[in-house]
Amino acid sequence: MRRHEIPRVLFLAAFLAGAAGLAGQAPPGDEILRRIDENIGSDNKVIVARMTIHGRRGSRTIKSMSWIQGTDRSFTEFLEPAREKGTKMLKLGDELWTYTPSTDRIIKISGHLLRQSVMGSDLSYEDMMEDPDLRNIYKPRVAGEESFLGKPCWLLELAALSPDTAYDRRRIWVDKERHVILKEERYAKSGKLIKTLETASVLRIQNRWVPERSRFRDVLKAGEGTEFSIESIEFNAKIPEALFTKASLRK
Amino acid sequence: MIKFLLKGLLRDSSRSRFPVLTVVLGSMLTVMIYSWITGISGMMISSAAGFSAGHVKVMTRAYAKEAEQMPNDLALLKTSGLLERLRGDFPSQVWIARIRFGGLLDIPDESGETRAQGPVAGLGIDLFSPSSPEPRILNLEKSLVRGRMARRPGEILISEDFAHRLGIEPGQRATLIGSTMDGGMAMANFSVAGTVRFGIAAVDHGAFIADIEDIRKALDMEDAAGEILGFSSDFIYRPSEAEALTARFNASYSRPDDEFSPEMLTFREASGLAAELDMFDYFSTLLVFIFLTAMSIVLWNAGLMGSLRRYGEIGLRMAIGEDKSRIYRSLIAESLMIGIVGSVLGTALGLAVSYFLQIKGVNVASIFKNSAVLLPGVVRARVTAASFYIGFIPGLLATLLGTSLSGIGIFKRQTAQLIKELEA
Repeated sequence: MRRHEIPRVLFLAAFLAGAAGLAGQAPPGDEILRRIDENIGSDNKVIVARMTIHGRRGSRTIKSMSWIQGTDRSFTEFLEPAREKGTKMLKLGDELWTYTPSTDRIIKISGHLLRQSVMGSDLSYEDMMEDPDLRNIYKPRVAGEESFLGKPCWLLELAALSPDTAYDRRRIWVDKERHVILKEERYAKSGKLIKTLETASVLRIQNRWVPERSRFRDVLKAGEGTEFSIESIEFNAKIPEALFTKASLRK
Repeated sequence: MIKFLLKGLLRDSSRSRFPVLTVVLGSMLTVMIYSWITGISGMMISSAAGFSAGHVKVMTRAYAKEAEQMPNDLALLKTSGLLERLRGDFPSQVWIARIRFGGLLDIPDESGETRAQGPVAGLGIDLFSPSSPEPRILNLEKSLVRGRMARRPGEILISEDFAHRLGIEPGQRATLIGSTMDGGMAMANFSVAGTVRFGIAAVDHGAFIADIEDIRKALDMEDAAGEILGFSSDFIYRPSEAEALTARFNASYSRPDDEFSPEMLTFREASGLAAELDMFDYFSTLLVFIFLTAMSIVLWNAGLMGSLRRYGEIGLRMAIGEDKSRIYRSLIAESLMIGIVGSVLGTALGLAVSYFLQIKGVNVASIFKNSAVLLPGVVRARVTAASFYIGFIPGLLATLLGTSLSGIGIFKRQTAQLIKELEA
């Protein structure tokens, strides 16, 4: 430890002691968002997930495998059911392409198409394209504390930093201990509630808390929403660089 | 008597010229405007019925509530069975299944990358069955601009304007990007067989016409259809017939507690044109009333002036013993002759102009360029049986009414004063 760092450590210790004295006081919103990202964020992730879409006429389940690198590169391949098998999606920065084996075409999803639902789920392509690090797109404010599913949570209100953000405002309930978003509400500029998310169970994997089952719902659509369940997740997995190219969509 | 009155009218042209001209003008305008309104409303009904509403339309109750959004997730299932039942139970109608959908048409370049992309309003119809009435209903053959009709699975017709905008030539490949019945993304390749122009701005903007079986495959809608349309066998819409049919169907097929049970709507309900149709009826009636009132006032005034001019003549007739009522009746008879002559001439002129407008039409494409109304770019008048008599209603009634009012003055004249008046 260098000499000039001693006072800084002392200052930090004093600050922490002071902070401890103010037991129960919320950390700043930015700090809560940082903890969420620290828990779930990873350079590389490989996720196998199931998405059960509850429509007005029944439910169907889609299985997919996603390779995610950082916050702006991902490659998803749909594995089940037979009709969707082989459909792939590639996200590179703010661009998204999709490939279906039946047409053997790679189509860029942009403009109006981004608002379409992903495989009929309550999730839109726009939702998929969003920066997962909320600190980059929202200004947080701690609005209070509430319990959700018996867990004490921080209630955060997020205001969009840019008018181009898909949702102008969000309210998130963050588990105080596990730093996982247990509940979320997404609002349009008009103030109308558009989408909700509720996490049903959380799993401990590789020293991280992962939402194992959650239900995402487009409240403007009739139906019971879309359930997401994670079958497996691998943090800091090795992902070949070549996967994040348009050529890999046809392979 | 009639011959005598007619001679008087012909020899003293100042007695008849102005009233006849008034009646000619009023009758002619009535016939013209009536034929014009009939033409526009007829074209609107025909276009909307052919492209979207049918004379009756069957959908699920849930689909019917959101029909404008083309919610194919709420479409009718097992439609082949339903069509068979409809054809058995209601043989007087022509029944066809359709899928309407929205999507994007993506045109690839040589390397398969997107070269152009645009939104399309899709229609899946029975294109290939030899007995299919669809080509006739949509007037496909006559609407073909380039290429040829779609003959094989995987072939489509697209609107000429859309093809021009995106630089698509017949024979080129195109990929439809839409939504499956489950709401997932659907992508399917098609070959553009030809381009069409219907002359209806709302359709020509981005029409995409494919065989219903191809669309079922693309949108994962096996044996499903968003809508089943029914047309009378002569393709003429009769509101009372459609209402009776709808009541019968809904009583036996539809269950209010099941949102996916079929429900039939009449053209009036399904087209969303109820207000417009009411407006046309209202305007037709109002038109006759306006001309009747205006002409009556003009002819009343003309009658008063005529009475002044013929003051001496009427006085003399009374002085030599002619009954006031008889004089009054003779004036009414004169007015009827004027009414008949004016109405005949006015109707003839009105019909001539209406026939001209029926053949030539008026181009209103620029007015309806961005409109969702299914109205052809060239609208035409339509001469119907009513066009031949509609002008007689204001023509005869107005002359009768005008003369009846102005002639009342006859009864106010005192016989004792007649000689003095005549001397003066």
